Amino acid sequence: MQRSLMIEPVKCTGCKQCEMACSMTHEGVFNPARSRIRVFEFHAEARFVPYTCTQCAQAWCQQACPVEAISVDAATGAKVVKEARCVGCKVCTIACPFGTVNYVRATGKVAKCDLCGGDPACAKACPTQAITYVDSDWTGLERMRAWAAKATATA
Amino acid sequence: MGWAGKILRVDLAKGSCTPEPLNAKWAAEYLGQRGLASKYLATEIDPKVDPLSPANKLIFATGPLTGTAASTGGRYSVITKGPLTGAIACSNSGGYWGPELKNAGWDMIIFEGKAKKPVYLFLEDDRAELVPAGDLWGQTVWATEAAIRAKHQDPQIRVSAIGKAGEMGVMFACIVNDQHRAAGRSGVGAVMGSKNLKAVAVRGSQGVRVRDAKAFFEATTKGKATLAANPVTGQGLTTYGTNILMNVINEVGALPTRNHRDVQFEGARKISAEAMHEKRPTDGKANLVHNQACFGCTIACGRMSQLDKGHFTVVNRPQYWGASGGLEYENAWSLGAAAGIDDLEALTFANFLCNEHGIDPISFGATLGAAMELYDMGVITTKETGGIELKFGSAQALATLVELTGKAEGFGKELGLGSKRLCAKYGHPELSMSVKGQEFPAYDSRGIQGMGLTYATSNRGACHLRSYTVASEVLGTPVKTDPLATEGKAALVKAFQDATAAVDSSGLCVFTTFGWTLDDIAPQIDAALPGGWTTQRLLDVGERVWNLERQFNLAAGLTAKDDTLPKRLLTEPAKTGPAKGKVNELGKMLPEYYELRGWSKDGVPNKDTLKRLGL
Repeated sequence: MQRSLMIEPVKCTGCKQCEMACSMTHEGVFNPARSRIRVFEFHAEARFVPYTCTQCAQAWCQQACPVEAISVDAATGAKVVKEARCVGCKVCTIACPFGTVNYVRATGKVAKCDLCGGDPACAKACPTQAITYVDSDWTGLERMRAWAAKATATA
Repeated sequence: MGWAGKILRVDLAKGSCTPEPLNAKWAAEYLGQRGLASKYLATEIDPKVDPLSPANKLIFATGPLTGTAASTGGRYSVITKGPLTGAIACSNSGGYWGPELKNAGWDMIIFEGKAKKPVYLFLEDDRAELVPAGDLWGQTVWATEAAIRAKHQDPQIRVSAIGKAGEMGVMFACIVNDQHRAAGRSGVGAVMGSKNLKAVAVRGSQGVRVRDAKAFFEATTKGKATLAANPVTGQGLTTYGTNILMNVINEVGALPTRNHRDVQFEGARKISAEAMHEKRPTDGKANLVHNQACFGCTIACGRMSQLDKGHFTVVNRPQYWGASGGLEYENAWSLGAAAGIDDLEALTFANFLCNEHGIDPISFGATLGAAMELYDMGVITTKETGGIELKFGSAQALATLVELTGKAEGFGKELGLGSKRLCAKYGHPELSMSVKGQEFPAYDSRGIQGMGLTYATSNRGACHLRSYTVASEVLGTPVKTDPLATEGKAALVKAFQDATAAVDSSGLCVFTTFGWTLDDIAPQIDAALPGGWTTQRLLDVGERVWNLERQFNLAAGLTAKDDTLPKRLLTEPAKTGPAKGKVNELGKMLPEYYELRGWSKDGVPNKDTLKRLGL
């Protein structure tokens, strides 16, 4: 089974545990500025929205890369940056419609979510289950279940 | 490791920013944040200094766990000599600003002197720069944040700022970050204003390291599980916020009402957390929109509220129609019960304005309550108030005066003196419900005896966050004690004071102690820092910090005579509820407390005590 990160903003409180888990996993340091998942605050609406790469099936970033530094992890479906090959040209950051691949000045390479090799740290760290790692073919399952429950309750 | 190891010294008069290494010896003895910054302050300033003079210093300090993944590891404190109290001041704030400072590579910033013209400090990792702030002077906290982000073209900058209240020397002006998180008490914002310092803007990208990442992950994960399983930190605070206490404390008969004339408020239900969840009849929406966490917090007690657009406070004022920081228990009490007001929307509006203009809602609401009593007695009339009818229960007066006080205009300027100076000015000093000049928070010590001792001995004046014995006396954490008994309270207060001083020095939030003891906290600190950190070592830090603060206050001129309560609480019995007929029996607790502390009968630490603590 392949899995995807599922994000439910209504459950997010803006604590940024996901950003810290991400930066610690990838950089060995707590540093939200280097996290590949970011929580956005929409203050006037009281909404907090975690956002990261959706791992497009046909990934713009991968197709744009002139040195084939972005490849697919066959086990997880993640589009992964090979740092050794990346030349920091930033074309992928332009190609990505969602902005989820970004240049890192400190390394001279780009960085993006790689699903932590199939065990994403952000999902594990989220205290409210706003970020979960679920069956890619059934990201709507829990919503379906909720509606199903509602339908039988009123029947 | 844990500590960034670096502090920034800003000489505002010279306009210089100079980095220096963190004093590692002091860090080992005082941990960080409250403790460590107090050590710097006590060493560097004359305790007798005028708090609003250039000779006072203003320190923004993080703790070793600030900016880490420890639950609630996002706190910072502002330490200075407080103008409201003349005592050492230490005000603690959450939000995202503290971790940003740490992430920029700094443990603390020490501001010295006074800038010739208004400035703000801009920190981008190692780069520190004082920027002219003439165009920001007079602006609100909210406008200041927006203007600084626009100017530097960077929406990720975090800003901690004062409003006009701080500039104008309102005695309970606070420092606000992230719209509605505040270093709230003792007038730290007025000190910032007196230095012509408008804001501290920070952007960090260096990262925070810990000594042993694996051990830290294990200890913090275990800690989070403990908080999640605890009914208070896992459910109560998350769902209802701190205002879940409104009905509870009212039932106990310890809800100070109308300037402590009463101990129960007939309108408590209407301003409770439960009421915040209910749909308004006017627009069908609830006051509460969502909860919000501060950085790293897995409790998420923060409230985000939205006003009824048709409410009289915000009709035709769309700038207040969006969601912002909602009522916590303290604010719901101070803006509500303390002045006898039960209009939830008006309270929420007043809370927004306290944040926007940078004033402490506790001292503001309590001072308004005192002014209402003076008005009720005929001592203050509409002549003094500029036509405002200062009647207990008037939401109109609250809405008008919160704005005037925030801007230090009209009668708001008088309220900005704080209750001690206001009541003295009108010849009734006994009506100021304060200790050492700082107004009480939301617990009447006639109904919760231990809180009387807590208030009387608090090093920053009346405060619930120095030893929250309510946890034991009302909520039964960690052990239930009788709120009306005085036996054992001296030891209880000392234990809470020492543990809290340690937590306040770590970067963690004191609310974790509903679910954690120092046994839960020590392994997290130990994994982050070198040198071996145990529960006992944290208790030693706490006791050392407490005595250091005490020494500072004694040197500042405070004495045992200041360790007392207003006459009302010592002589006027509670009229209703479980504490009916009771006064606070401070005299039964205080001598025992001094003895347990290793202090003389006059409240002065003995030589042996100081030696034992390395002071």
